[in-house]
Order: sequence, then structure tokens, then C-alpha cells
Amino acid sequence: MISIRNVSKTFGRVQAVRDVSLDIRAGEFFSLLGASGSGKTTLLRMLAGFEGVTSGTILIDGQEMQDSPPHLRPVNMVFQNYAIFPHLNVRDNIAYGLRRLSVPSAKQAEMVDEMLEMIALPGYGDRRATQLSGGQMQRVALARALILKPKVLLLDEPLGALDKQLREQMQLELRALQKKLGITFVLVTHDQEEALTLSDRIAVMSQGAVLQVDTPAGLYERPRNKAIASFIGNMNFFDATVSRMGPPAVDIPGFGRMMLNGHDNGRPDGSAALVAIRPEKLTLHAAPPAMAALKGVLQTRQYLGGREMLHVGIAGRAAPIAVALQGDQDEATASLSQGHPVWLTWKDDALLVLDAE
Amino acid sequence: MARYAGFHRPNRPLAVYAAVFSIILYLPILFIPIFSFNSGVYVKFPLEGFTFNWYWDLFQREPLLQALWNSVRVACFVSVLSTLIAIPAALAIARYRMPGKTPAVSFIMLPLVLPGLIMGVALLTLLNRMGVTLSLVTVTIGHMVICLPYAISVLLPRFIGFNRSLEEASADLGEPPLRTFWRVTLPCNMPGILACLLMTFTISFDEFFMAFFLSGAQSTLPMYIWGQLRFPQDFPSLLALSTLIILFSFVLIFASLRLAKIGQPAQQETGR
Repeated sequence: MISIRNVSKTFGRVQAVRDVSLDIRAGEFFSLLGASGSGKTTLLRMLAGFEGVTSGTILIDGQEMQDSPPHLRPVNMVFQNYAIFPHLNVRDNIAYGLRRLSVPSAKQAEMVDEMLEMIALPGYGDRRATQLSGGQMQRVALARALILKPKVLLLDEPLGALDKQLREQMQLELRALQKKLGITFVLVTHDQEEALTLSDRIAVMSQGAVLQVDTPAGLYERPRNKAIASFIGNMNFFDATVSRMGPPAVDIPGFGRMMLNGHDNGRPDGSAALVAIRPEKLTLHAAPPAMAALKGVLQTRQYLGGREMLHVGIAGRAAPIAVALQGDQDEATASLSQGHPVWLTWKDDALLVLDAE
Repeated sequence: MARYAGFHRPNRPLAVYAAVFSIILYLPILFIPIFSFNSGVYVKFPLEGFTFNWYWDLFQREPLLQALWNSVRVACFVSVLSTLIAIPAALAIARYRMPGKTPAVSFIMLPLVLPGLIMGVALLTLLNRMGVTLSLVTVTIGHMVICLPYAISVLLPRFIGFNRSLEEASADLGEPPLRTFWRVTLPCNMPGILACLLMTFTISFDEFFMAFFLSGAQSTLPMYIWGQLRFPQDFPSLLALSTLIILFSFVLIFASLRLAKIGQPAQQETGR
């Protein structure tokens, strides 16, 4: 549906987007995820036509669009600050784009009513736009864009200004709406949880470049490098050396040899690598287990509601290892306090091997 | 023991100062309406008797009504023309980066601080050299020179504060640039534009120097007042006229200031 090919954008001396190539499929919920300044918003604004490209091409539905002004592109946008027209009521806001299409007014009214129904604000048509709450404005902004039946809906951090509960509710509604309408959604967000919940696929951006494009599970389970692994969720990292004598393994100084079940990406023997493991893939023992285990000392416990994060200090290692505990704990684990010795074990396939920096 | 009222407690000395300041500023003006209702011809205490006669008298004066009509016509033209010119100028200043912008803006604002006398003489010399006959048209031109910087200074903060994503939204919903200006930019900034119209109308209506130098046979209202000052028996009528003008100007300026605030981001309230 959208094909971004070698697109770059420079503002003065700042390179906001560097040689980005992406394909976004029809009917997909696609997210651009990154910290502020990563170029995600600039990329979205280039799709909408508010920014020109410095180089590269943008194809929307097979048509080259990088040189078209916004009003000629088959995309519509939901703005971060909603951009609801303050001088118009809700009905006229939603019908704004219909005027140019010379839709008969009876038909317009019918379409607006349908939209109001869809965004669960029936009867709000005659309200002044300035009387709406943030969440309501968000819905009106959605309706205003969707009434034009765009091929692609662009969303620029649409939920950023809402409080947590409302945001989570709107996430569910957005996802359901997208599945129902089958329109391609392109969402910009800095909230990794939001991206993981909503998206079919995510492009992680940093410093103007796309680091990885994958499904939420793919990004979480198979991050391509340290930046992504640490950006999405929590991760423990170990410097290691690849060993190919016998079955693939890595040597971690101070920890010994760890087996890799197949996913060593064919790195040569003796090369440096980074080994990563998620906190929830570690098992914590209050007493020495039967199998081989890593011994450490409990440093802090962080209660997080449904789960608990423990930090375990290991001799000869500066950063403590994070361990996540979920659900009920046995008595011995629950009673552990700072300074207690603990043992960590994990399954071999929980280890990830990444490029060393 | 007195309780600490907080950092934002009312500041009494400052309030007193403000009151004294306002009294000194407006006391002289207060004498004008007082004596306009005085039945005696001379401006002196004690007051003699209450009368509306000076006001009725105004409507009997054909030249005055003619001057008033002239002033209104000039003010209408000046306010509409200078606002129409100021809108694109202020938009350009608010939006575009261009080389030499700061000096250019200072240059536009210069008539604000130049003495009216000098501006008047300068324009008179120029128009004379060009062989233009003095008339209400030349007065209008002079007033526009004075009003433009005011118009821009009223509009500029509106346009700078204007949320441009509204225009982006309009473009995104399919409207080309001119239609976007017509459907979004203009209506959203209407309070500021009305404020600008009222402000420039008032300035033109009350202006003396330009009218003094640039008017031909037809005079404006301030010119008429100046001409009548020679006749002592007319003075109370002039006071009545001045009272009406002051009232009218106050209303317009207040309306303009209020309009200028509508839709502006609310100022932070520290009073609570």
C-alpha cells in the first residue's frame, strides 16, 4: 500500500531521516516506534505531505506521491493535538472534508450521523468543539479523517495527551476499528507498550534510521541489536566470546560456557558477541538447585503490582542482573531480603546472541 | 498573629499606586464631561446649572455633521484598507524566515514612534511635489501610514499564536491552500481582525496631525474642533462633542482589546 524507498530528509544541517526504505501492506496496523528526535514524526509528515523529501520516493497505492501537496494525497491524519477546528461544531468538523467532494447535504448529514455512531458520540453533532474533553476530541478527529474513507490513516501520537486509563481504552477501540474497517493505519508513538499492543508490525527508529521492522513478538523475542533489545522491554546483557569447538556456545568471562541451541547466526569462532536474556526468562532459587546455577546476592526488590523485579549482584560484574518474578512465589522466595544469597538458572534457548558493539 | 497570605497575596501599596496613577491620568479628561453639562459659557467653578443644550446644539451645526461624516468615511476606508494590507504582512512576518526580517519589521513599526508633525510635513512635501491635490483621499493615505504599524502589532501576536496544525488538518482533509485560508485561517482569526478594524478606525477617527496637513477643503472632526476653538461661545459645545468622542473611542478600544483576547490561549491565573 505504501512503499517508502531510500527516503532522506535534511533540515538545514540536521539529517532527520536517513535513507529509510519500508513497505507497508494494505490493511496493516503499522507503527513507527522511537524516542523523540528519532525521525518517526518527520517520516509520517512526509507521508501526509507536510514535509517534502530531500531524496527518495514515496509510493502510495502504486502512485508516486513525494511531490504532491497534502490535499491531493489519499491519506488522512489524526493530529497529536487533535487540531479540531474551534470555530465549527462537531458536525461541521466531521463534515469538513465532504464539502469539496460535493456530497449532497442530506447524504452528508447521514454520513456524519453514522460517524457519530461509530465513535460512540451520538447526539453530539451540535456541541461546540471547544466543549469536548480530550478523549472526545480524539474521537472527532478520527471521525473527521475516516469519513473520507482514506486508503491510509496516519496517526501522530494520537493518545499521548490522554490519561492512562482512557489511553488503554482508546487503544482497544483503535485496534477494533482498524480490524473492522480494514484501512491501513500508520501510527507514530514513543510508547513501546502501545506499539506492541496495537501493531501488526513495528518499525523501530533511531537517529533517523530504521533499525528493525518486525512483528511485536519478533521484536521482543529476536531483537537485532542491543539498541532494540534495550528499547523494548528490559534486558540483561553479557559480553561474551563465540565458541565453535563442538556444539555452538558462548564463553562469558566469570560465568563459564553457555550452550546455544542453534541460533548463533554462524558467527566465527573467537569473535566477540553480546549475550542477552530477558528478566522473566530467569528462574530464581532461594537454595542451591540441583542443576548448574549462577550464584549471586539479592540487592533490591521492586514491587510492581502484578509482578516483582529483583536485582541480583554477581561477583566480578558491575551491573546487577534483573530478574522478574510473576504470579505466586513460594515462601522461601517471598521471604528473601537484601543480602541473601540466591541462585539463577535459565533454559539455553532463552539466550540471545547479538553483535558486540 | 497574622497568617502568611502566600506568595501571591494581594499587594496593597501597588494597588494604591495604580489607583493614584489612574486618577492623575484621567482627572483632566473628567473635566470635559462635567463642563459639557454646565449651563454657563465659561469653564470655571462654581458650576452654574445642569443642561443638555450644548448637546442639542451640536445637531444644529451643518458643518459639524459634514465633518463627522467625512471622518467616518475616512476612518472606514482606513480601517478596512490597512487591515487588508496588514493581514498578509503580519502572516508573512509570523511565518516565514527571510533575510533582513528583523530590520524590516522595525522599519514597519517606525511610524509608531515618529512625531505626527514630522510625518505630516514629510507627506505634505511629498504629495505637493507629486502635484497631488489635497483632499480626503490624501488624509486617508496619511492615516494609513499611521495605522499600518498598529494594525500589524494587533494582528501579529494572533498569527504567531495561531495553531498551524489547523491549517495542516484542512489541507489533509482535501482543501487547497486558498480554500484553507478562507475556511480556517480567516474565521479562526476573526476576533483579531475585528479588533484590528476597530483599533484602526478609532485611530483614524481621532487623528489630527495628518488631517491638519493633508486635508483640502473638507475637514475631519478633529479639524473642525480645532477651527472652532477660536470662538469662546462655542466652547461648551466642543466639550459636549469631545465627551461624545471620548465615550465612542473608549467603547471601540475596549471592544477591540476584548476581541483581541478571545480565543487566545488563556493567561495563567495566579489569583487563586
